[in-house]
This record gives sequence, structure tokens and C-alpha cells, in this order.
Amino acid sequence: MKTFKLNVNGQERKAEVEEDTPLLWVLRDHLDLVGTKFGCGMSLCGACTVHVNGEAVRACVTPVSAIGDKKVTTIEGLANDGKLTALQQAWCDLDVAQCGYCQAGQIMCATALLREKPDPTDEDIDLAMSGNLCRCATYTRIRKAIHTAAAAK
Amino acid sequence: MNAPLDTMDRRGFFRIGALVGGGFMLGSWSSAEAAESGTAAFSPNAYIRISPEGAVTIFAKNPEVGQGVKTSLPMIVAEELEVPWEKVTVEQAPVNEKDFGRQMAGGSMSTPTNYDNLRRMGAIARTMLVAAAAKEWQVPVDECEAVSGEVIHKPSGRKAGYGSLASAASKLPVPDGKTVTLKKVEEFKLLGKRIGGVDNPKIVTGQPLFGIDQKQPDMKYACYVRCPVFAGKVKEADLESVKKLPGVTDAFVIEGTGDHYGLLPGVAIIAKDTWSAFKAKNALKVTWDADEKESFAAHAAKAAEVVKEKGANEIRKTGEPEFPDDGKTIEASYHYPHLSHANLEPQNCTAVFKDGAVEIWAPTQNPGGALDGIAKALKIGKDKITIHMTRIGGGFGRRLMGDFMIECAAIAQKLDGTPVKVTWTRDQDLGHDYYRAGGWHHFRGRVDDAGKLSHWADHFVTFGLNSDERTGNGADLGGDEFPSRFVPNLLLERTIFPSNTPLGWWRAPGSCALAWAIQGFIDEMAFAAKKDPLDFRLELLGDQPEVPPTGGRGQSYNAARMKGVLKLVAEKSGWGEKLEKGRGRGIAFHFSHLGYVAVVADVTVSQDGVLKVNKLSAGVDVGPIMNLSGAENQVEGSMIDGLSAAWFQEILVEKGAVQQKNFHEYHLLTMKDAPKVEVHFAKSGYPPTGLGEPALPPTAPAICNAIFAATGKRVRTLPLAKQDLSWG
Repeated sequence: MKTFKLNVNGQERKAEVEEDTPLLWVLRDHLDLVGTKFGCGMSLCGACTVHVNGEAVRACVTPVSAIGDKKVTTIEGLANDGKLTALQQAWCDLDVAQCGYCQAGQIMCATALLREKPDPTDEDIDLAMSGNLCRCATYTRIRKAIHTAAAAK
Repeated sequence: MNAPLDTMDRRGFFRIGALVGGGFMLGSWSSAEAAESGTAAFSPNAYIRISPEGAVTIFAKNPEVGQGVKTSLPMIVAEELEVPWEKVTVEQAPVNEKDFGRQMAGGSMSTPTNYDNLRRMGAIARTMLVAAAAKEWQVPVDECEAVSGEVIHKPSGRKAGYGSLASAASKLPVPDGKTVTLKKVEEFKLLGKRIGGVDNPKIVTGQPLFGIDQKQPDMKYACYVRCPVFAGKVKEADLESVKKLPGVTDAFVIEGTGDHYGLLPGVAIIAKDTWSAFKAKNALKVTWDADEKESFAAHAAKAAEVVKEKGANEIRKTGEPEFPDDGKTIEASYHYPHLSHANLEPQNCTAVFKDGAVEIWAPTQNPGGALDGIAKALKIGKDKITIHMTRIGGGFGRRLMGDFMIECAAIAQKLDGTPVKVTWTRDQDLGHDYYRAGGWHHFRGRVDDAGKLSHWADHFVTFGLNSDERTGNGADLGGDEFPSRFVPNLLLERTIFPSNTPLGWWRAPGSCALAWAIQGFIDEMAFAAKKDPLDFRLELLGDQPEVPPTGGRGQSYNAARMKGVLKLVAEKSGWGEKLEKGRGRGIAFHFSHLGYVAVVADVTVSQDGVLKVNKLSAGVDVGPIMNLSGAENQVEGSMIDGLSAAWFQEILVEKGAVQQKNFHEYHLLTMKDAPKVEVHFAKSGYPPTGLGEPALPPTAPAICNAIFAATGKRVRTLPLAKQDLSWG
């Protein structure tokens, strides 16, 4: 058991956990940030996608001990002072979600994509998003929302 | 009882409803009760509450699994209440079947079973608000009208907001819901529009909504290890070693029973966080007392032997089912595998047992159904159980079952006083499902000289839960299943293999599998008749607009509506266009859950057999649409879900246990394979029906028929990913 100091959504947070605890469970069980979801535990579904220093990573296979002083951003930390990002807004406007469970991971992944490629092609979207499963199969709306957000920038 | 509604919490508020109960209609209070309780806020029934400040709250009665009813059902109330949607706050109703009637998400039944009642609930409130205004202004009621959250006195133009009328309205008698005036459909302002889901802002910002997000003070996190073989019992578990592991606070065996639907035996591991519990699960040394003989491969070998023979029993026989020996009979065998629901939110439940009562937070599609199992397992009365429905991270039928709630409640009972959340790992979720039953069909069919289907025979080999007499849940073939009633000579037979694999309702139960096989073989019949697959189907549906159920039970089949959606989707999808070799279109239709859906698939298959689904188009007749955005989303998702399952998914059971452990072995379709989708709703004056399911069944056969059109290859076994589609 060890105390880890983490920078999460711009705040310093502390968690007393085993060193091999994945970031996912630190966020969910210890820091009350449950927007990051558990789906597979093996980096196969993308529901747990967060940003570490701006890069999309799977929190379910990232041990807390590997974070150090890197900056962690979760779905709860995207909106600025309650103002939704263009992607979050597009997700609402296009009514993307069905059950909604995977959508935090989808948005985190799409956010990283738009940072790399502000105007992605369909192929870019295929490549970046094909690790994120949606059991309700809202893929066509996700694709449209990414294009919409890209156009809104 | 006499406390002002405003000062009550929501549970208190609804307790009033429970005490009153027995109204003429679900959700309706009695007049006396409304008068007594109505000091300030206006709440003429369980669904509506209007505060003096004008805040309008509408309660969503049924579980939200992604089918959109948390938005669409309150829209129905709001329409008749005549209130702008922007002013409405939607809250999930508590579980209270006395007030709300059956609160479940299954069978695409939320819309058809609630549409009329919810309209009346809204209309009651609107009628009372108008009456309150008329009384206050001392003018005739018929000079007053409700418009967008206000009552207007038409001659004078005087207006009053609903909030300012709330107190006065709450003192009026509640009218009989059967007598209130409903809007004309043409007057609808909200229903049929595109409305975003009410939880969207919370979903995109990651707020706690789902079962797995629940947290109680000082809660423990648990794992429950069941025998990999269904319903196997714990022989010996090394609890002491597990208890010494970091973060683990307790471990114990739960005896359980061999009942697949009850409290299943296992080892509970209690920890300070989920990770500690998961790690301990992997370290646990346990031996089981289980029968490992179940093997899907063995079933398949046996099915191959018997499916071409006579069936063990007859489902339906009409006309002269003996096939003439004239060389016109065609035979083919079809097979589809078991499927898992694979909800992205794994099964989970949170519970606390205190003072002999248990409180539960769960992503359940069927809270009422879970009550019985919990009461039995915990040996407590149903009145000692409170269930809170959370938002659900995918249902698809899995969460109609209460097993994951029963085990959590039993663990909570042992921990007396300490709240606990049980979370399943993905391998537990795939390994302890109630599976969509795999099955085999051997079809025989004959078209006569006029190219009409004259004979149809289907020997269906299916599964029963350790029974060769009774099919498992969702594993039967009804005597009225198409083309029954539409072909003069018909023989449907069934053989049931006893199996220890629990079977369950998977999105569009029965239909999700049957439509694929039946619409595939109908395509073979069209080819044998040398007819266009669309024309052959239209002819087969005949000229009788509505075909009643056989023997007076079941659903009548409105062939005119089905022909309507076939023509609609054919026209919209460019049916009949000449396409290059390797590209093809296929068509299929299916009636289920009171909905009529036809799908056209457009596919390309490369010469070396790589499949690309270009587009899926649906023609849908489910009556008038409630929420256009949600409705389109359901059809889009159902079609891609149908494709995903047919393309990739297969659950195999060997040595009594499921072999697939995670998404690398049980694939869901991803973005790169998602086709374009188009949804066309028929304009329809029939009563509205549900959309969570009916667009799924015709999708897989449309795709396989398109593969045939593209390649000349018939796909008679699923999943597609295992078939050789190469051609040329």
C-alpha cells in the first residue's frame, strides 16, 4: 500500500492503493470520478479511455504507479467552467448516445484525434476510433459528431 | 400524509400514491387524496408534479436501457399536458408497480402499453389546470385553453402560468381519465419531433448515472466467483489465503442452489476496492462439484444427424404436407450459434442490508421480476426489499434476469449493515449469461409451376434447459411464424436437446435467429422460382390485408403493412439496379414486437472473400413515431447490432463452460466496419408500437441474401467471419 499524488483534471488528488492498481479503479473507487468506465479490463473496449499528458490511454491497463507527475484528464475534466467542448456539444446535438455507457471513452478518444487531426477524414476516424466498442452500435452518429465538431472549430 | 408535498422527499411523495392506490387507472390518485395532499404543488397523478414556481417534473416509469424511454414516455405526458419540453425536468420514477404498473424494459412494449395511459395522465392535469383558471377568473371553462404551459382566457386574452395555478388545481377533484379530452394527433407539437435524450448532458460529462456508478457511505467492493460450469457447487475454497491478500476484508462461501435463475453458489470476496477484489478472485483456490459434460460440439454433431430426420414433435401441420415427388423440392440446413448479450456495462449491483430489510441499486430491466428471487434467497418478505432502477449500460434482455441482484443481496445480508457493490469481470459476464440459443433448421420447400410457394417444411432442432420437452427461454418456434398462414401446405417440427446452458431473451427473442434462417430459405425459393426476391416476397404475402392468428391466439399479421414497408425500402434503396459482380443487394422482412420491418442490404465481397457492408436501409411501420431522433437511433443501432452478431459472434461451451473470455474472443463490430444506415418510417395511422427490437431480425438475412446476389454463395451457417466468401 502506498500513497500516490496525482494531478487529475488540474487538481492534486491523493489515493492510498496498491502500486499495481490500474488508474481506472483509482479514479472510480478512490477519487469518485466514475465517468471513466470499466468494460473489459484488457484494453479491448476503450470505455476507460482517459488522457495522460494529452494522449489517449486505456486506464484499465495503466498502473497508477506509472503516472508520476503526468497530467490526467478524464471525461469530467473536459468541459471548461460548465461549457461543453465542441465534441460534447455535437454528441448532445446529434443525440449520439443510446445506453451511453461507452460514450465517455468515445469522446475522450475523439478529443485526442481532433487534437492530432483537426479535420479528420473517414479513414482517420476509422483508424482512431476502431478500438472503442459501442454495443448499441451508434457508430454512424459518432462519426457524424466528430465531423460536426471538427467543422465547428 | 398531511405534510405539504413540497416538503416531502420523493419517496414520501410516492408513498402517498402507494397508500391510495386502487385508482381507476395506473398512476392516478383519488380525488380525495389529491385534495388532501394538495397544499401547494400540483400532482394529480404519479407522473406529474408542478411546483408553484412553475417547475414541471415528469417521472419516467420504465428502466432506461438505451431504448430511449426515459425521454419518449415523458414526451407523451408532456404532449397532452401542453407544456414546452424545455420546461420539463424528467426524473426516473421509483419502483412502485402499484402506482406505475409493470415497470420493465422488455419486448419493445413500453410504447404500446403506456401510450394511451400516459396521454390521459397528461390530459387529466391539463384539464384540471384549465378548470382552476376558469374558476379563479369566474369564466366558462370552454372559454379557456391550455397553450405552452399557460392557460389563456380566449375572449380576454388573460393568461396564467401553470405554476400560479398549481395550488388551486390541486384542490380540484381529479377527473376520470376515460372522460378527459385528448388532443387530436394532428394537434401534436412534440410527439414525432427529434428530441435529444434527457440524460445526454450527464452522459457527455461523465456524471454518475449507471448501476456501476453507485456509491454508498463506507461501501465495500466485492467479487463473486461462481463455478465456470453453470450452477456448479463449491466443494472446497481456500478462504484463509484469500483473506490475507492486500485490500481483502472478508471472504465466504454462499451455498446457493442449483436453480439457474436463483441464488447460484459461489465464493464472495469482499475488499476495499474493486481491484483488490479482482486480484483476489484470480488468486482464489477453489474446487467445484460440477457436471462438465455439456459440449456444444457434441450437440452440433448430433444435430447434423437428426436435423434431416423427422422431428420429435409437431408444431404445426396444414394442408397436405407430403411433398410431391416431382423434382421441385429444395432442401437446405441452416445453423446459428449461441450468443451472449455482452452488455458493455458488466453485470453489477449495490446493496445494503439493514434491520432485516435490503435496499438495492441495480441496472435492472425487470425490478419486479428480481423481487421474487431476492425474497426467496434472503428469506424475507417482498415488503422488505427496495429496488432503485439506475440507468443501464445496455440491456438487450440480459438484465431481465435477477441473478446478479440476488447474489449481491445475499452478500449484503451476510455483511449485515455494510453496503457492498458487486462488479463482474468481463469473463464472468460472458461466462454466466442467459444465452441466445443456437439452433438448426432443415428446410424443405417447393415452388409450383406458377412459381408460387406450395410447400414449406422446417425441422427445428433447439435446446431446453435440461429438458427435452420444454424449449429454453427464447428458443422456440411458434406455429404462426412466417410463412405459416401464407403457404397452403406446411409442416413445422421440433426436436429439443436437453442442455445445461442457461438460455434467455436476447434482443428480439426467437425472431433474432428465426428470421435469418427463414428469410434465407425464402430467398432460395425465390431463386428456384426464377423470380426477383422482392416480387416473390410480395406475392407470398398475398392479397389478404390482415391475416388473423391461428386458433384465435397470438398476433394477426398485417400483410398490407409488410408489403408497404417492402415497397418503401425497395424504392428508397434503389432495388433492382444492375450492379457489378462482387456487389449485391439482398432483401428480407420480419414481423415482431408488433412492428413491420423490411431491410435492404448493399454489400461488396472481394474475390478473395472480404466482406464490406456498404449500406443498410430499413422500411419501418410501427405506427406514429414518438421521438424521431430516438426512433431512428434504435433502427440504426438494431441493424448494425444485427450485422455485428451475424458477422462475428459465437459462444461455444465445452466441458460445461463458456470458452470466450473477453472481446478478443467475442467480437463486437467496430467503427471501420459500420455501414451507412438509412431509416424510412411509413406514414401510419396504426397505434404506436415499440422499436427496441423489430429492426434487428430482418437485417442478418438481408445481408446474407445480398452476399448471394454478389457472389452466388449461400451462407447457411453463422457467424459470417468463419465462412469462406471467396468467389470467381
